[in-house]
Amino acid sequence: MELLSYGFIQRAFLAALLISIITPLIGNIIVLKRLSTIGDALAHAGLAGVAIGLCAGLNPILSAVIFSIAAALAIEYIRRAFYRYSEMATAIVLSFGVGIAAVFSGFVKNSADFGSFLFGSIVAVSQFELYMVVILSIIVCIVMIILYRELFYITFDEEGAQLSGVPVKKVNFLFTLITAVTVSIASRTVGSLVISSLMTIPVACAMLISKSYKSNVVLSVMFALLFTISGLFISFLYDLKPGGTIVLIGIFVLIILLPFRRKN
Amino acid sequence: MSILKVKNLDFNYSDKQIIKNLSFSVEKGDFLCIVGTNGTGKSTLIKLILNLLKPDSGEILLYGKDSKNFKQFDKIAYVSQKATNFNAAFPATVEEVVSAGLYSKNGLFKFKKSTDKQQIKKALDTVGMYDFSKKLIGNLSGGQQQRVFIAKALVSSPEIIFLDEPTVGIDMKAVDSICCLLGDLNKKHKITIIMVTHDISSILYHANKVLNLSEDGHIRIISAEDYRNETISEHYRHDKNC
Ligand SMILES: Nc1ncnc2c1ncn2[C@@H]1O[C@H](COP(=O)(O)OP(=O)(O)OP(=O)(O)O)[C@@H](O)[C@H]1O
Ligand SMILES: [Mg+2]
Repeated sequence: MELLSYGFIQRAFLAALLISIITPLIGNIIVLKRLSTIGDALAHAGLAGVAIGLCAGLNPILSAVIFSIAAALAIEYIRRAFYRYSEMATAIVLSFGVGIAAVFSGFVKNSADFGSFLFGSIVAVSQFELYMVVILSIIVCIVMIILYRELFYITFDEEGAQLSGVPVKKVNFLFTLITAVTVSIASRTVGSLVISSLMTIPVACAMLISKSYKSNVVLSVMFALLFTISGLFISFLYDLKPGGTIVLIGIFVLIILLPFRRKN
Repeated sequence: MSILKVKNLDFNYSDKQIIKNLSFSVEKGDFLCIVGTNGTGKSTLIKLILNLLKPDSGEILLYGKDSKNFKQFDKIAYVSQKATNFNAAFPATVEEVVSAGLYSKNGLFKFKKSTDKQQIKKALDTVGMYDFSKKLIGNLSGGQQQRVFIAKALVSSPEIIFLDEPTVGIDMKAVDSICCLLGDLNKKHKITIIMVTHDISSILYHANKVLNLSEDGHIRIISAEDYRNETISEHYRHDKNC
């Protein structure tokens, strides 16, 4: 418990807890829309932004945000061109992001800086980054609460939602936007390679045992908090990379839950 | 005033003309059945009316307004042909699905908890599915799911209900009960019903108009009575090939 008295660890904990509340909220919609890989694609696009930002001397998080948003819009666009093959859109954008990131990371002077974006640097969250996470979390929570019914309806039946007067395009656009921003800001703390797991694994665990949509949302947040808190403690104790530890705990829990899944 | 008026409607899918110069109108309280063999454009026609597809030319007026600008979403409800095609692992209860149907009434930012609950109960009672409220929709049989989607359409108390083959995959007893239910809604509650169906009995007992689409693009709208007489005499006239 003594650990928690250090300022940087307090910041790390707070940032990680907030991120583990908002990522499953977004993850629920993404998984149920069958777009699980979108988080990965946006994270890699964000990584491309980081690499270019570091090369050009811009704030890497800011350029990551811009790249992720551009990638999210590109995915929406490609998705419409190849109706019913949405996974192709995410694959294309992911490859593009990896390509740019790989090429430009060669020019980054301080490669440790770039590496910290891959697996995150929870323990090195600056005051400024914590502010960003706090503001982002408040925005995401408000949007997800206000648009709860709209997002549920669109996710379950987009055509029906449109006919009931849900502003489908606007809601989808806003959701895409906050997904992109969340992915790029969260990858700074938990890492680009890990963020998409935080969006999907807690939701997958919840889906095994939930009895309604609402309980699925609540359970996924609880799972994410469980993984994050235990992951942080274990990683501090044994000096492991926190992002990877959190994901591995999540997978471990998922495997334990599998035999208990509700029957379909 | 007709609540639905279709004038000189044309529609193509890229190369193929599906609907050619179609005109008809539906009055309040009508029970219209749309019939025709597979692929004649029945579902397409419903989607055009609901503005889910855009016509190439012609006019569709809902309550006297171009369907493109129609915004009174609580007046209409739709049970799609693919309603039961959702992802079976979707974690949503029957109650949650039906409550989505209230959106058109409540809209953004509006919550009316207690009346919502009553309306959901009433709609589920009507289709005999109230006991399943807390069950996950994916765990029901196809016919039970179809009834839940009818409840979702009823819950906002619409004035027109569009149904695209709502009785497919439902056992005969349930088909009868759904047909009676629709007949009741139509007669007692004056709800206008526009339904695509291959099920003869609902046409025989409940419809008052029949829109018959055929592959050669020949479209006829006739009274249900004439349709009955025709189909019955046709049945007796032709020697069956099998
Ligand atoms: N998205 C599409 N793109 C191209 N052609 C289509 C599309 N959807 C339907 N069609 C074609 O349009 C025609 C009408 O389709 P529609 O689904 O309206 O038929 P239907 O009368 O509802 O048939 P069913 O009884 O099988 O439901 C069909 O010949 C079909 O091949
Ligand atoms: Mg059809």
